Amino acid sequence: MDREEMMELIGIEFEEDLFKDVPAEVRCHLPLPPGMSERGTIAAVERILERNRHMGEEPSFLGAGCYDHYVPAAVDHIVSRSEFYTSYTPYQPEISQGMLQALFEYQSHICELTAMDAANCSLYDGATALGEAARMCARLNDGGVFLAPRAMSREKLSVLRNYLIGSGVDIGLYGWDEDGGLDIDDLGPRLREGLCGVYAEFPNMFGVIDARADLLRPLTDAPLVLGVNPLSLALCKPPGEMGADIVVGDGQCLGAHPNFGGPGLGIFACRQEHVRKMPGRVIGLTEDSRGQQAFCMTMQTREQHIRRGRATSNICTNVALLAVGAAVHMSLLGRDGLVSLARENAERARRLMDLLSELDNVVSPFFDNHHFNEFLAEMPVRPEKLNRVLAKRGFQGGLPMGPHVPELGDCMLLTSTEMHDDAAQDAFVEALREVL
Amino acid sequence: MVRRLIMDREQEGGHPDVGGLVPPGMERRSLHMPAVAEPELLRHYIALSQANFGTDSGPYPLGSCTMKHNPKYADRLAASPKVTRMHPYMEDARTQGCLELMSRMEASLCSISGMDAVSLHPAAGAHGEYASMLMVRAYHRSRNEERDEVIVPDSAHGTNPASARMAGFKLVEIPSGDDGRVDIGALESALSERSAAFMLTNPNTLGLFEKDVRELASMVHDRGALLYYDGANLNAVMGRTSPGAMGFDIVHFNLHKTFATPHGGGGPGSGPVGVRSFLEPFLPVPRVVEEDGWRTLDWSRPQSIGKVGSALGNFAVVLRAYAYILRQGGDGLKDASARAVLNANYLKRRIEDHYEVPFSDPRKHEFVASALALKKEKGVRALDVAKRMIDHGVHPPTIYFPSLVEEALMIEPTEDETKESLDRVADVMSAIAEEDPETVKAAPLEGAVGRVDESKAAKEAVLSFRRLRALRDV
Repeated sequence: MDREEMMELIGIEFEEDLFKDVPAEVRCHLPLPPGMSERGTIAAVERILERNRHMGEEPSFLGAGCYDHYVPAAVDHIVSRSEFYTSYTPYQPEISQGMLQALFEYQSHICELTAMDAANCSLYDGATALGEAARMCARLNDGGVFLAPRAMSREKLSVLRNYLIGSGVDIGLYGWDEDGGLDIDDLGPRLREGLCGVYAEFPNMFGVIDARADLLRPLTDAPLVLGVNPLSLALCKPPGEMGADIVVGDGQCLGAHPNFGGPGLGIFACRQEHVRKMPGRVIGLTEDSRGQQAFCMTMQTREQHIRRGRATSNICTNVALLAVGAAVHMSLLGRDGLVSLARENAERARRLMDLLSELDNVVSPFFDNHHFNEFLAEMPVRPEKLNRVLAKRGFQGGLPMGPHVPELGDCMLLTSTEMHDDAAQDAFVEALREVL
Repeated sequence: MVRRLIMDREQEGGHPDVGGLVPPGMERRSLHMPAVAEPELLRHYIALSQANFGTDSGPYPLGSCTMKHNPKYADRLAASPKVTRMHPYMEDARTQGCLELMSRMEASLCSISGMDAVSLHPAAGAHGEYASMLMVRAYHRSRNEERDEVIVPDSAHGTNPASARMAGFKLVEIPSGDDGRVDIGALESALSERSAAFMLTNPNTLGLFEKDVRELASMVHDRGALLYYDGANLNAVMGRTSPGAMGFDIVHFNLHKTFATPHGGGGPGSGPVGVRSFLEPFLPVPRVVEEDGWRTLDWSRPQSIGKVGSALGNFAVVLRAYAYILRQGGDGLKDASARAVLNANYLKRRIEDHYEVPFSDPRKHEFVASALALKKEKGVRALDVAKRMIDHGVHPPTIYFPSLVEEALMIEPTEDETKESLDRVADVMSAIAEEDPETVKAAPLEGAVGRVDESKAAKEAVLSFRRLRALRDV
């Protein structure tokens, strides 16, 4: 009825008239089956998902940037508020103060954790945050080489290469030392050349809390980018005190579920002097016409919708809702809660590595160093094969290093979080004892 | 009402001892975080949510953004631990559900777009554009061709030129013709042996269908370049035409627009890319491959561009969009496009007496009105109209885009607004045009927040509480 009235007002007789400007030569049909009821839809999708075995059904020792942590119910509750999740990017601040303030609080918490002055309100994930950081180094500095650790996941390294493709900057890779920390003898001399920037991870791909990352600042004038697990920063010296210019990482561990790897939460923070070179959206503090505290998106002239081809990045949609979740998570836990969660993670990993070290043919940890919540263990059989055996016993083992760092192909990256109790760890070690 | 920052409730006392767990000298010494109990925390963030506006709150005719209703069944599915507690590095034996859903989604998007293969990896539309520009680059290089220019219309979304530049291409921007569409002569003179691709959205950002798209495609292909479809406006044409039928080679989709997943206040979205078969080898790795109903991840793709993100895409978003496509079916998607187009043309007709809508043809899913007459007569700008709409409980349209319309108000009602709701939006906009200009220029007046001083924010660049504290201490 309404449709007919509407068509009458615009002067058409048939719905098809709305498409009379679509020429016959481009017409086509949509070869999809008819729709379903809501109940039928739920059942159909659940039937597919039924084939999954999730980390609550069988313990998993995977991590490497995506972690199984407990997500407090209050976090899920707030990000399920439809005023938040059904809103768009807060282009109109007067109707979006809630989202803007929550994102400002997220930026503030990230700055506290990292000891940096400024953060954006998210990028897609940790790998693209690194890619954007490298591109930002190229804006800050003329050098032709961006130095990064060879000990990185193949995903992250590939993303980094792809993000630097248009910049004319080459990637230089440096190695690790026998304790799993960065190889300062390899890296040191290269820090004096015409560098675009240098990147180090803290903790690194091996889970090592690498004290040598703290030695880099005095050795170079080039921008220093540090990659972090934000949760580990509750225990560790923050990158701002290590002289970092830019800090990146993945914040999925701050109140977001693993979700098969996506969405992640790309963290990006920097020093105040660099803010106008940053990629992505940022929320700034200001006032409204009545002199009240207010927030808005700011420095938008860096962004694609204003600056187009000369924008600092092409990013538009980010992962704001995960940033809100992270803000709620950090606010809920507070300082003591974050410290105790981080401590529990480090202690879980330490307990697992100690148990594994009792197995005759396992080298655990492979690197003698401090670790956060993951570590390498060298296995007497290829980790890929071992995982298939463990699967039959109801365990998802750790990440085989072969595809990422081929010379460590006998090592497995094992992760433990607060989701593993003693019994789960003991059972896993027992299963390993039996199969090895 | 000003809501205190949660950081104002900072925890007192010294930092807990973290010795022994980290290398000596690398311990944290202090950390400023709020100390709030859960009831207080909930009140704080619930109050913030109440100071925000989503599609569940009221009309949200934000042009170019497709602010559809986000169906709740999709969220229920996404809350399952069979989704939330899946890890991207798991053995294939555990992830058959995820992989099956991904292949089914890829197939659905192929059907909708007329493309031969789809990758779900990109995390957003602009990310899909970037992945596509990397594929354009890899494709031409594989043929030993040096093509370093990408052509975009002046009406294109800003992400198009930004993505092309990020991938190392030079930009060639072409002006729109007098009818608001691609100027065929301008395209002809822009095309050369340097051209790598032409990026186009159809319907374009004015909501006009590019009727000559087949001719444009031939011109682009004849010069050895690729034709790229920015899928932001796909909601206009489902079931009538497809990028494949129009002659495009690469497509990105915005699942958070066309396929009804929530925008989350800015994200997460999902920006899959579809390609014709000759570009399939260049898609990101790993690909989901199937043999006898068993799916695995295939990394051995020597021509692939590699990775654009950490994992396999935003699975939690892909899942929601897949559920929406199943629920709608082919007919439902076709009807959604028809209603979106009907709504846009109805609203356009309803406000035309008060706002000029340049270019005469019928629109697809959106249209661009102009407040230029109001500015000339009464000094009321598009920005003022937008702010006054807030007083009436309607989210403002997109403003000042595309730039070829002065004082632009870009309006996209989507299929989910009823006639009653559209009438309300039209009545509000008409009333504002008649209103005392001083009132409009002072808006918003009714709500808790007055007009926000954006230039102060840009000048002072206070982006964190830490920075604010440092300034306070000075």
